[in-house]
Parts: sequence; structure tokens; C-alpha cells
Amino acid sequence: MNALDQLQTPSDARPDTPIMEIEHLRKLFPLRQINVFGPRRAVHAVEDSSFALYPGRATALVGESGSGKTTIARMLARLYDPTSGTILFQGQPVKMTGGNALREYRHHVQLVFQDPFSSLNPVHSVEYHLSRPLRVYGHVHNKREETEQILSLLNRVSLTPAEQFIQKFPHQLSGGQRQRVAIARALAARPEVLLADEPVSMLDVSIRLDILNLLLRLKREEHLALLYITHDIASALYFAEETLVMYAGQMVEGGPSQEVIQRPKHPYTQLLLSAAPDPDRMDPNQKGLGTLSARGEIPSLINPPTGCRFHPRCPYAMPICKERFPQRTDVGNGHWTHCFYYGDGGANLEQPPLLNLATPPAPRRRTGRAQRKPETPDTKENA
Amino acid sequence: MAEALLNGNRAEAQTNTLLEVKHLSVDYLAASGVVHAVNDVSITLARGEILGLAGESGCGKSTLAYAIARLLRPPALITEGEVLYYPRTRVDEAGVQRVSTVSMHKREPRVQNLDIDEAEEAVDIMKMGAAELRAFRWTELAIVFQSAMNALNPVMKIGTQIMDVLQAHRPEMGPDARRQRALELLRLVGIAPDRINSYPHELSGGMRQRAIIAIALALSPEIIIMDEPTTALDVVMQREILIEITRLREQLGFSVIFITHDLSLLLELADKIAIMYAGRIVEQGSSFDLYDHPRHPYSYGLLHSFPTIRGPRRNVTGIPGSPPDLRAVPTGCAFNPRCPFAFAPCTGTLPTLSVADPEISEQLVACHLYNPELHPAGAPVEEEFAERYASLSERSKAS
Repeated sequence: MNALDQLQTPSDARPDTPIMEIEHLRKLFPLRQINVFGPRRAVHAVEDSSFALYPGRATALVGESGSGKTTIARMLARLYDPTSGTILFQGQPVKMTGGNALREYRHHVQLVFQDPFSSLNPVHSVEYHLSRPLRVYGHVHNKREETEQILSLLNRVSLTPAEQFIQKFPHQLSGGQRQRVAIARALAARPEVLLADEPVSMLDVSIRLDILNLLLRLKREEHLALLYITHDIASALYFAEETLVMYAGQMVEGGPSQEVIQRPKHPYTQLLLSAAPDPDRMDPNQKGLGTLSARGEIPSLINPPTGCRFHPRCPYAMPICKERFPQRTDVGNGHWTHCFYYGDGGANLEQPPLLNLATPPAPRRRTGRAQRKPETPDTKENA
Repeated sequence: MAEALLNGNRAEAQTNTLLEVKHLSVDYLAASGVVHAVNDVSITLARGEILGLAGESGCGKSTLAYAIARLLRPPALITEGEVLYYPRTRVDEAGVQRVSTVSMHKREPRVQNLDIDEAEEAVDIMKMGAAELRAFRWTELAIVFQSAMNALNPVMKIGTQIMDVLQAHRPEMGPDARRQRALELLRLVGIAPDRINSYPHELSGGMRQRAIIAIALALSPEIIIMDEPTTALDVVMQREILIEITRLREQLGFSVIFITHDLSLLLELADKIAIMYAGRIVEQGSSFDLYDHPRHPYSYGLLHSFPTIRGPRRNVTGIPGSPPDLRAVPTGCAFNPRCPFAFAPCTGTLPTLSVADPEISEQLVACHLYNPELHPAGAPVEEEFAERYASLSERSKAS
């Protein structure tokens, strides 16, 4: 582990070679034909998505439910086959057929599911859950090795004392502990890529941070490439170097997390940010929560809106937004967006005067009254 | 100036009490021992106020809310305490004076304040009989349950489910009037009235949650208890629902008890927040005071256990350890095994809720650090909180 620590790159520097490249990935879920002669219908879940994962770095995929982010994770885990597009793993296209190829692929890429309450089998112990991947991938050859490895896995996910946890069943564990077991199970295959599909959204707020910090430590110490799927944009900023924003199956914005979240460009990213809880916005003189700039929900993806799919909700929609999806426009510092407001393709370093929906208010200064000492304290005691 | 305004509002709120919980305790009689889920909790709710209850899972916040509604069944047992409800004469939508259903029942009021109007008599919810409870629930107090997916009946149209409530509680209303009211309620919560004939599965998660709020509002209750109403929703939808709740509150003037574990959301929404730990309230105060200067080490930890979207990225550590088993709560302050400030008296004596800063009489904290007899060094400053928590998490990592 120490050797790995020395290898570790500063998290801001991007390694040259991605471990995984996703190019023009697309997924349609065909629907049952009601009229045999009618048009073929399908749910357009993911459209033309391209990105890359780098070892030792986390990429966050942010969006509302129904935006297709889980579909992407499942395609990367090879639970769904993409309709079109390629997945390159270590420069090689991933084979889409064959059981052995699939097993070999899953040796390198593992998925952690959202719900730790249903992703563990209730009739099996922690030991069984962790022994399966160890055996399937041939990391152990006898019982003694197996127990050793399971204990070290439990230690790596901070389930200590490991000897006590090894025989427990899922119902004896809390939500946070279950999620740790699920992460340990993914780690047992010794993957290079870990896909985390909303790993903390089912957990209590105080436990969320423990799990996030655990994943951060694994990323740093074991040089894992992480895809972190979430709808909590604040945790994306905390967790990932790069953030991609999805809306209704289309990637609308991406770039370094600080850039995307501190200076959001696409109106949808701005909407997400203005909706996120932010106590700094709190104003003691004013009641109420303000307003949201755009209402409504993600449209049906069976007949998605033409062009940019955000246009029915977008307060800045222009006629051209209905016609086609804008090209990717670079706005500087590795930050890009698909929005006609910033141009249509190419690099646009000179931005138009913007419309910032999520204008950050001036940081509110704390009054610092916490520092004052009590003068007439209440001394009533109650044993 | 802003503070003066705030204090003025506070004074007004005090004279306007709607619900008063006094020394309420709830136990669960489990085979493996008695679980003290709620322990000696006292809190007041003013008219038109949003009171937030925050804490980790298992801290007793839902039990407290259900105890107020008398919804607990064995093995839960309300061992002591009273919940006083102050009904008032209201003028309803049609301009008709409506006497509170609770006071219509002929029974001796528990507490009688002879100086004030008759409508101001307090009623103890804990002493209500079955008929009174039936009259009290929904008309005076409604609940919005946690999971919108399960709270609606999947085989009934949402309109029918709203009209059902009206039929049970307002038998004098005719079918046309009920339908009118249902349409009105849907419009109120922002659902197109033509969805009245939709089944729950035809609505999205956010719309279902709105429909449930519409059902809760059907009889214009004074109090609405909301148990994590937005946890299953997306951020944008969550925001919309919260804006809707504050808007309806302004419009209709009800009070809300809002239960959540997400303090970041509560800070913007609630007027007053009570933070619970292991069945007790450890700190309460206005949401601004609590955010600006949390007193209890646990409140500080909760406030710093979520990443923020502003400013540079900083490491967030959270609170090491996990909440105690409620069958064997640590002696003294229940938080002492996790507390970075724990000192000798914390394991011995139980701190009581008291004012930490006489200038802010609304903010109460149960912590020995604010008791100069036990802790002569005085209350810790904010930097000290941060320092102690950082070193605590270092230690817990090392072990």
C-alpha cells in the first residue's frame, strides 16, 4: 500500500491515458409494438454520450432521475448492451459477446448499487458475499487464504473488528455497514474501475460522509478509477475531479467540478444548483425559499422533445433549440457545454453576458456570536 | 436591526402557542429490553410556524411526531407527559365561524385559563378518547407520511381518495361540494384539476407527494406533521415541494412539524429547529441562530457533515462513531462517547436544556460546556469545535 501511496498523482493533474473511454454511447429500450404496422417505438434513454475515466480520479455524473445516468452505469457494467457506440477498456474495444469475455471484463470493472438493503442476499453471511468474487476470479485457492483475504477486505472498508463482521448477516448490519460490505464485495474482484450508482442516497446524512470518505481513500490509495453517480451536486463537488451533467439522456455540460459547479453555464445546471439545499443562502430578514426558474419534470423519453431536450423547461429557449441539439462548445478551462447560448460548436472563450440563474449571493459573514461566553448560565442540574 | 426584528417576531410567537409538548416520554417494550425512544421532551409550536426535527435515524424524531398524533400502538407506550393543544375559533373558507371540533366535545378541559377566551382552553391530546381523537385527527392535525409511493391507495383515483376524507369527516357535504373541494385542493397544490380521475401510478413521484399534501389539507388542519416528505424525490422536485409548502403556509396559516435527517434542507425551510439525539432534544433554537452559532458539539457535527456547494473544497469529516443502542444509552449525556469535548461530568450527570447566551433566550442547549460551575473555562469558540473534530477523526482513523 505504501508503494501505491508514492505512486499517487496529485488529484488535479490528469493522467495521460484513460483506463476507460466511452464513445458515442447510445441506448434505446424498445417498446412493445401496439400496432404491428405502426412506427417502432422506444425509450431514448441515453443519446450520444462520450467521456473517459482515469485511474485515481473520480468522475461524477449528475442529473435528475430519468436522466439516464444509471443506464450509463449499467452499460459500463455490461448489464445492458449499448444500442450503438463503443466502450474502450485500456484502449481495447470491449467485446459484447461471450460469457468468458464478460467475466474477464467484470474482473476489471465493478458496480456498487444504490440500495444496500436489496443488493445483499438476506440469507447469506458477509463471509459468503465476499468469498464468491474471490473464488470466481481465482484470487484464492484454499479456505485459509480465503478467510485472510476476507478479513483484509473488511479492514479496507473499515468494518472493524473484522472477525466480528465476518459471520454476520445483512439484517444484523446498519445501512452504512451494508454499503461497506457491498463496496468490499466490489473490491474483492480487484477491479481497476469502480462504478458507484448513487452509493449514498439511501443512507443517513451523517453516514453518507463516511462512505464518501471511504471511497475517496480507496481512490487515492488503490488508484481506482471511479464513476460516481448522484443527484446531489454538492457531493459531486466534494468527491469528483470531473463532473458531467445529464438531462433526459443528453450530456449537457461537463468539465472540472470546480468550474462546472462554481460557474455553471447550461441553464439546466444552473437550475440544479439553485435547487440544491444551501444554508448560506439563508436570510434571517426574509422568509420563504425564493423561486425556481424552471418548473416541470423530465419529459417522456418515448417521444422526447426535438433538439435540445431541455427547451420546454428552459427560460431562455430560442426557436433554434427546438430544431437540433447544439454542438459542444468549449468555454475555457476544459469546461464545455451544449447550449446555443454559448455558440454552436468550437471554442467560445469569450462568453456572452450571462443570465446567471444561480447567482451566488455574497458569502454571508457569520456574526461570530458563538465566541461570546455565557454570562448568567442556568445551573439547574438533573441527574 | 435585523435581530431586533427577529426578536420582535419571537415575542409575538410566544403568545401564540398552538401546541405544547411537556415532558413526553415514549418507550418501546421489546423482548430484549425497554427502548427509551423519546425521553422527557418538551417543545412548543407556535401558530403558523415551521418546526424542524432533525437527527440521525433512530434518534426518536418520528416516534415523537407519531406520539403527538397518538398514532403509536403497542409495543410503543407513552409513559409520561402531556401534549396540550390550544384550539381556536376559526372562520372557514365560506366565512362561517367554525368552532374547533375538539372543543365541541363536551368534556372538562384539562387546563383552564380563566383569564382568556373560552376557545383558548387547552386540550391534552394524550387524554383524548376515541371519539375525540377521530374528531381531532385530520381536522386539526394531519400527517404526510414518508413514502409517497405507499401512502396512496393504488386502486383508487386520487380524487376519490380526497373525497373519501371529506365524506368521513364532513358528512354534511354533498357529492358535488366534495368534488368541488377536491378540485380546489388539487389546484391549490399545483396539480391540474383534470388529473382528479388519475390513479396514483399515472402520476410522477412529485405529483404523488403533492396529492398527499392535498389530502392532508382537505379539512384545513392547524398542524401538519411531515415525516421526511421529500427524501424519495429529486433535488429539483424537492425544492418545488418545499416552496409549495411555504407558499401554502403563508396562504392558509397552518403550522408544520417537519421531520428530516437532512439539516441542510431544514435550515432554509424551518423557523425553529430542534435537534434530537438518542431520544432527547440536545439543542433548539431559531434556524438562523442554529446555523450561525451552534452550541452543542453534536449540532456542530451535524452542520458540518455535508459538503457545501460554495467556496473552495474542504475536507468534511462528519461525526465519528454511530448513534447508541437505545436499550443501553450511555449514562449522563448520551453523546459523550462520540463527543470531542467530553469531560468528567458528561458521563455522570445529565445536562438539561438551558439558555447558553442570555441575549438569545430562544436558543437552548443541553450541554455541560455552557455551565460555568462544571466547565469554568467557558464555552468553546467555533475554531475550537473544528479543531477538536479534526483531531477526533484523526484518532478514529488511526485506531
